Amino acid sequence: MEASKVIHAIYNDDDILMSAVKRVKAERYHIEEIYTPFPVHGLDRAMGLAPTRIAITAFIYGLIGLTVATLMMNFIMIEDWPQNIGGKPSFSYLENMPAFVPIMFELTVFFSAHLMVITFYLRSRMWPFKSAENPDPRTTDDHFLMEIAVNGNEEALASMLKDTGAVEINLVDKAH
Amino acid sequence: MYTFSNKLKTFSFILMILGALGVGYGFMTSHKSFEEVEHLLAEESHHGGGHGEANAHHATPSHDTNAKAEGSHGEEAHAQVDEHTKHVEHVQHQIANRPWSALYVAAFFFMMIALGVLAFYAIQIASQAGWSPVLFRVMEGITAYLLPGAIIVLLIAIASGTIGHYNIFIWMDPDVVAHDKLIQGKSGWLNLGGFAIRGIIFIAGWALYRHFARKFSIAQDNAEPGDKSNFKKAFRITAGFLVFFIYTESMMSWDWIMSVDPHWFSTLFGWYVFASMFVSGITVIALLSIYLKSRGYLAFVNENHLHDVAKFMFGISIFWTYLWFSQFMLIWYSNIPEEVTYFITRINDYRLPFFGMVVMNFVFPLLLLMNAEYKRMPWFVVMAGIVILAGHYIDIFNMIMPATVGDRWFIGIPEIGSVLLFGGLFIFVVFTSLSKASLLAKGYPLMKESEDFHY
Repeated sequence: MEASKVIHAIYNDDDILMSAVKRVKAERYHIEEIYTPFPVHGLDRAMGLAPTRIAITAFIYGLIGLTVATLMMNFIMIEDWPQNIGGKPSFSYLENMPAFVPIMFELTVFFSAHLMVITFYLRSRMWPFKSAENPDPRTTDDHFLMEIAVNGNEEALASMLKDTGAVEINLVDKAH
Repeated sequence: MYTFSNKLKTFSFILMILGALGVGYGFMTSHKSFEEVEHLLAEESHHGGGHGEANAHHATPSHDTNAKAEGSHGEEAHAQVDEHTKHVEHVQHQIANRPWSALYVAAFFFMMIALGVLAFYAIQIASQAGWSPVLFRVMEGITAYLLPGAIIVLLIAIASGTIGHYNIFIWMDPDVVAHDKLIQGKSGWLNLGGFAIRGIIFIAGWALYRHFARKFSIAQDNAEPGDKSNFKKAFRITAGFLVFFIYTESMMSWDWIMSVDPHWFSTLFGWYVFASMFVSGITVIALLSIYLKSRGYLAFVNENHLHDVAKFMFGISIFWTYLWFSQFMLIWYSNIPEEVTYFITRINDYRLPFFGMVVMNFVFPLLLLMNAEYKRMPWFVVMAGIVILAGHYIDIFNMIMPATVGDRWFIGIPEIGSVLLFGGLFIFVVFTSLSKASLLAKGYPLMKESEDFHY
């Protein structure tokens, strides 16, 4: 286990944070992480994060849900026991399809929504009893924290961050 | 300022002339004598190996919604000369109805685009939307077609029952009403005088709102800085109009569309027609903005505005499908004979247009416009928009045609001619109106927000 050092620069305004992020990116430092109390519009773009693909997974899950609904009802209502229930035509799936559409729709939404949420939890590593990874409790209330890795350039980095309007700059040992 | 280019003006005139020729051709060829129709039917029955006569006969007659047992039809038709005469006259009437209905469908289609845009415009003002004001002048331009378009629809409807031989609305025929208990029961609502008066009230209300909203919008442009009185006036009349609109739109759909099948009724029909006009209107806003932007007239409109309009196209397409399916499924499920004939004639005689429009109005926009990136690409939105508009033309076609021409339908010269005629008129009226005011409603209080809008 090797300990590395990071700098925590703390800001108290999201606009200052945004301009600081742009400055840090322009000077080609690597931002490890940013902690904010609320979503800051445009922060991901300023940091250069790749866009999320969760909508694509949701679409695929929806298709899976639609397939499950279709196969299930086709087997139950048409193949396994095609009873005459109130005169509904159970000769083929297509003939009786309007009656199945509500279920097909709901299962599509159900699969899409729930599997997407579970995907989100897995990808962002969130679960009950997980220990919080919060470097500073103030970031849940009204402070913004930018974490930058230090590679022996501590002095230059600290003065640059001071320039960007950071209210507090801490050098922290981070255990990996 | 936009100037109506001569090229486009000529193009709209060419459309109108070609359309008028097509419509004229339709009317000239639809007057068949009894013998001609008899001959035509005999030829068809020859073609179909002797079954033509019987087949044509048990295809449910459009105005007579009795579902009869299919079994012994062939024999009856041959045994009774009376039946034969009736059948030939029925087909003769259907053939004569076709150019009327084609004209009516196209006139209604373009009128409903303008009406849908007016409703959309009113909603944007009432909700004080911050993204759409840059498109207000485009919307005002499109709604300029509402007054002439709606008057044309009403005139065609009334003319079909006065000049014509009751070619669209069977309840206008006193002879039919005399033998029809059901229509007699509804004649308190369905009578020519009431129909005309209601139509005039609807049109007057819509046109008055359009007139004043446009007037206040232009007055706000020229007002002193800080003077918001015109904006406030427009806001107030908009709230009133939206209430008026939702009542009159519903009644208009009973009068102008549902009454072609006077034996049939559906409670969510008004909403269904509304969804159709709303999505067509929004699509035309998108197409027109893309066109004007490509000509360099809408520098302040960017892909974020396009994205929002396309989101509306996507969402309202699904809303339309929801209503279409709700109406269809409820009637299919309960299968009550007096309601279900409506869909039986459509599925038997109009299978391709009936299900094809669901693909065009639902599956296509669903898959094309789901992706956020696609909604920001003009050519993609244009492509989806053309499919949506064609789909909603077929939607109106499916509402009117089965009741008037039955299984004698075809999308041929009368139909295409009518679309060209009203399409040309629509282009002419809309672009003339666009050239009368600045394309940016400068004085609108939310304009700055709209110009800076980004998603």
